Amino acid sequence: MPVDYQALTFDYAPHADQQAARPVRRPVVIVGAGPVGLALAIDLAQRGVPVVVLDNDHRLSTGSRAICFAKRTLEIFDRLGCGDRMVAKGVSWNVGKVFLRDAQVYRFDLLPDAGHERPAFINLQQYYVEGYLAERAQELALVDLRWRNEVVDTQPQDDHVTLTIDTPDGQYRLEADHVVACDGSRSAVRRHLGLESKGRAFRDRFLIADVRMTHEAPAERWFWFDPAFHPNQSVLLHRQPDGVWRIDFQLGWDADPEEEKKPEKIIPRVKALLAHSAMKDAGFTLEWASVYTFSCQRMERFRHGRVLFAGDAAHGVSPFGARGANSGVQDADNLGWKLAAVLRGHAPDALLDTYARERESAADENIRHSTRATDFITPKSTVSRLFRDAVLSLAGTQPFARTLVNSGRLSTPTTLHDSSLNTPDSHAFAGPMVPGAAAADAPVTQADGRDGWLLKQLGDGFSALVGADGELEHALQGLAVPGFALSVLAIAPAGAHAGDALVDRDGAIARRYDLQPGTAVLLRPDGHVCARWRAPTPARVQAAMRRALALPEGALPCP
Amino acid sequence: MPLITDAHLEAPDDFYEALIAAHDGLAEDESHALNARLVLLLANHIGTLEVLREALDAARAGARDVAER
Repeated sequence: MPVDYQALTFDYAPHADQQAARPVRRPVVIVGAGPVGLALAIDLAQRGVPVVVLDNDHRLSTGSRAICFAKRTLEIFDRLGCGDRMVAKGVSWNVGKVFLRDAQVYRFDLLPDAGHERPAFINLQQYYVEGYLAERAQELALVDLRWRNEVVDTQPQDDHVTLTIDTPDGQYRLEADHVVACDGSRSAVRRHLGLESKGRAFRDRFLIADVRMTHEAPAERWFWFDPAFHPNQSVLLHRQPDGVWRIDFQLGWDADPEEEKKPEKIIPRVKALLAHSAMKDAGFTLEWASVYTFSCQRMERFRHGRVLFAGDAAHGVSPFGARGANSGVQDADNLGWKLAAVLRGHAPDALLDTYARERESAADENIRHSTRATDFITPKSTVSRLFRDAVLSLAGTQPFARTLVNSGRLSTPTTLHDSSLNTPDSHAFAGPMVPGAAAADAPVTQADGRDGWLLKQLGDGFSALVGADGELEHALQGLAVPGFALSVLAIAPAGAHAGDALVDRDGAIARRYDLQPGTAVLLRPDGHVCARWRAPTPARVQAAMRRALALPEGALPCP
Repeated sequence: MPLITDAHLEAPDDFYEALIAAHDGLAEDESHALNARLVLLLANHIGTLEVLREALDAARAGARDVAER
């Protein structure tokens, strides 16, 4: 009998902290056990940091909510030890189609280049993602997950933060060296600190209908502008696991959200869609429905002293582009190693400022993309509508116009171009793996002769990809910075005798990283490129690792 | 390459006539739609964002003159 994750409840269990005479101090308290809070908790625990997670509820996500999980998120889940489960359950897809009325005007493939272990996206109901993360977290002794623990007050102090928490057994207080608020778009912690997430609200409403039906169709993202079955509005159709289909109907601002949520309103809309498709005879049942509005917004700063904000608590986007949960998981990925290093005294407090700066600019990028998509899907003025329709009418026959059709630019990892943690290039390089880029995957043959994937070879610390050059590998072996070892991955060209090296099976590493014999590419613990050299020396690599930890050159940090 | 604002049209009168003729028989909304398609086609032909921004600024300046009158 498979687990029904939607019905799953997690037991509240009283903790000794609730009876303590004075508030107990914990190094990290995460508020919110959604995808972001759980991902961060797992990451910290894997790095040896004990972490408390407080959640005001004892259930997983109600309804499918965020369903599109991007390649980069899956690679992060791989590192957290639960990627395989997600991909096995999820519906993998790479292809999207855009229709104007009944005609296809555009088709895109998000992963045109082979040689990645993970697909561009999987569709998976948020309750599965949260469930698998929660189960992974529960395997880790260092994660202390407390359900039905609602944070009702947050008081920053000089050297800690005091949280007041409501439980079924009454209130207690907890002190934390650092608090990470992953408590969603209506973040209680944000409110306690008197802070706001500001931006632009969109005057439009959308209906999400999840319907269950037995129908075989390709796993693709289908988006209609102005379809005959729902004139003047847009519709998005997506397949999820368990025979569930997600349909998003644009309703317009004047729609009555209460009225539109009623099955008697939804069922005819779904029937109209099916009647206009190859699925016209499919029977269906309504699984879940919701009417939503959205805004594109963010907090001015993601760090307020010892309180850090991540995920929807820090930033919000429109759903077009699947940039909400995906960017939140990237927040967690960015913060985990930094927080671990700072807590242990291996890096200065300033490293946490770089979390805020890097992810604030990532949020700007996500907001920019999702705002542009929203303006295309719901034009705000007559002339905006005029150009939108002109683009769509040209797209059928003019290839250039297809590049302007914007039904959502789908989430890709943000390249941290301007990060102070990057060491600028001192030689010319080609390809996308610039300092700040999230490491791209590639097929490799392992030293044991088996086929594998590059990203799976990276450890939890720093990694150096080194274009095969025996002396250089030898020179870099054993380099370390406080708290992190350097894992040296020697890369041999395709067809070469490998020895201990990884073989660049299809030449994808050479191509993507512009890796030549003697080249070294340094990756941070979160798998972002932070430096690369044509003529690396141990001293340069060491200095770049120190820079990536915000350590002053040559000096040791003050604990 | 900056936006060309000196005379550059091969046959100015022929172009102008063709532009007006392209709208023959169209209702106003159809004419607006044609103009929008035309802008997009020409923008793609130019391609360079910097030149397009210069053109947008130059066109926008005309709108301000009208508004100030």
